[in-house]
Amino acid sequence: MLGEGIAKGLAETAKNFFGSYVSAERMTTVEYPEQRIAPFEAARVFPFLVYDGADWEAGLRCVACQICEKECPPKCIFIVKSTEKKPDFVGKPQFYPARFDIDISVCMSCQICVEVCPFEAIKMNTEFELATVDRFGGLLLDRKQLAKSNEYYRQIHPTEAAAVDARLATEKAKADAKAKAAAEAAAAKAAAVAGEGA
Amino acid sequence: MTKYVSLEQGELSFEDSQLPESRAWAPALVDEKPEGWNRPALIAPSGDGELLEVAMGPHHPSTHGVFRMDVALDGERVIRLKPVFGYLHRNHEKIAEGQSYLASMPFTDRLDYICPITNNWAYALAVEKLVGQEVPERAEYLRVILGELTRFQNHASSIGFLIQEMGASGTPLMYAFREREKILDLFEELTGARMMVNYMRFGGCRVDASAGWLERTRKVVAGLGGFVDEFERLLATNEILMARTQGVGVLRADLAVNAGVTGPMLRASGVNYDIRKVDGYGIYNRFNFRVPLGDHGDVYDRFMIRLLEMRESVGILEQALRDIPVGPVMSATAKIRGFRPKAGESYGRIEAPKGELGFYLISDGGPNPYRYRVRPPSLINLTILEDMCLGHDVADVVLIFGSVDIVLGEVDR
Repeated sequence: MLGEGIAKGLAETAKNFFGSYVSAERMTTVEYPEQRIAPFEAARVFPFLVYDGADWEAGLRCVACQICEKECPPKCIFIVKSTEKKPDFVGKPQFYPARFDIDISVCMSCQICVEVCPFEAIKMNTEFELATVDRFGGLLLDRKQLAKSNEYYRQIHPTEAAAVDARLATEKAKADAKAKAAAEAAAAKAAAVAGEGA
Repeated sequence: MTKYVSLEQGELSFEDSQLPESRAWAPALVDEKPEGWNRPALIAPSGDGELLEVAMGPHHPSTHGVFRMDVALDGERVIRLKPVFGYLHRNHEKIAEGQSYLASMPFTDRLDYICPITNNWAYALAVEKLVGQEVPERAEYLRVILGELTRFQNHASSIGFLIQEMGASGTPLMYAFREREKILDLFEELTGARMMVNYMRFGGCRVDASAGWLERTRKVVAGLGGFVDEFERLLATNEILMARTQGVGVLRADLAVNAGVTGPMLRASGVNYDIRKVDGYGIYNRFNFRVPLGDHGDVYDRFMIRLLEMRESVGILEQALRDIPVGPVMSATAKIRGFRPKAGESYGRIEAPKGELGFYLISDGGPNPYRYRVRPPSLINLTILEDMCLGHDVADVVLIFGSVDIVLGEVDR
């Protein structure tokens, strides 16, 4: 019958229209910015640099190995390696980034830098309200703007951060044990030398 | 009459699906047209006036992006149509040749940005073939689950856009986007991004799906079947839709095959060719699903094929979510840093929602590919736009173009 298909379709739209009054599930929109949907834990926007402790400059995990700079697909990372070394979290002397800039107008949030980083130094942020009127300087973040504490990382990606912390703790324990063993061996050797001398 | 065909089960009758019997609204069937009716030489101007050349696009609401059709019109009738590509060219292939294999993975997201997962998959498949990399069982299942979710949301939104171009401003599209939103939420929860997922790796997937994610996916998939029924009731027998689409933009099977058309468009012309069945890549040979085939190759058949494929996708999803094993998602032999395949070449192809998506790679043993080539289904399906449009009205051109289902990011790369 002519018009049957149209009537069927209209019944469907009527169902949807009245359904939106009775079913909360059908109200699919939120009034941003007054209402917000909490971001998913896996959400990623732009990278940041993780630091341990209270001082961001001393605690940066980054050792300026420049792997992320090489692997970055749109080449938005710029690193200048330091000339001198400073001790990292296990006490091993390492270089640090004298300059670490990320141009977030170029970054495409692919998180390949996070994957290739061997030092758990760069992670993805979830902050997305980054609009600025300065499209050049305002979107070129330097290492001070990029540095975020490990507590912040734990807050935005709890599961991932817990795994990272556990891994770093075992590494540190291993390094400590090795250092202790080395110190003991050195002490024993020194004692032996002293014994011989006597 | 659209019909189902299954390679395992033989031909199936169409009775069980409540689809419209009547094609009374079709202006003319392809068989009734004279031989060679759609060849340019036969579409001659009527001679009672001058031709009008219209540039539809690159900023035309119907062009799905920046695409131009130079149309020569005799009154309302299309005499010539020249597609102009390249406005969105981003040098994808050459950029990929200058950087590591892994660094191209996020760029593949940006080809067909409606379905990034299948782009990832095709590229990962090509590289895995190149290095002979095995993929763990659970990763294969996750790929199928995400791939079929992608197919579902692509078909839903492409039908929505097609109907929107017909003048149904919004309703079907918004219904499609409502379902798409649920699927994109699942993508975001798993991969961290709604569209630019960057999820697959050579030898598996980047992150594992939690039990909670699988549970939520099951819940969403349980609702998808109902959505297909709703969509079908809303659209499939609508007289206006049938009058506008039946007999419009007919693509004959022989022309479709010669032009290299793939995907739902080829199957709407009645050619039984689905790479999931033909190649059985990944683990697709484990699933029980049918391949819907069209009879007439017109816009209506293309629309209907997509609707039926959505239903088959729901079937595959249910099977995959039931059977997914536990285990690793990354192969232990997979390498992230210092990835250098041996010299050689490979071609990996999958049945993307839009057709055969292939990646052809040549390695010279270095860290980046020597040659990197994409076979984009959108571009190749678009090349015969003129043959489908000749002799039709301008308003039909918009519909025929919409029924090809393209994404300009993939056409121009």
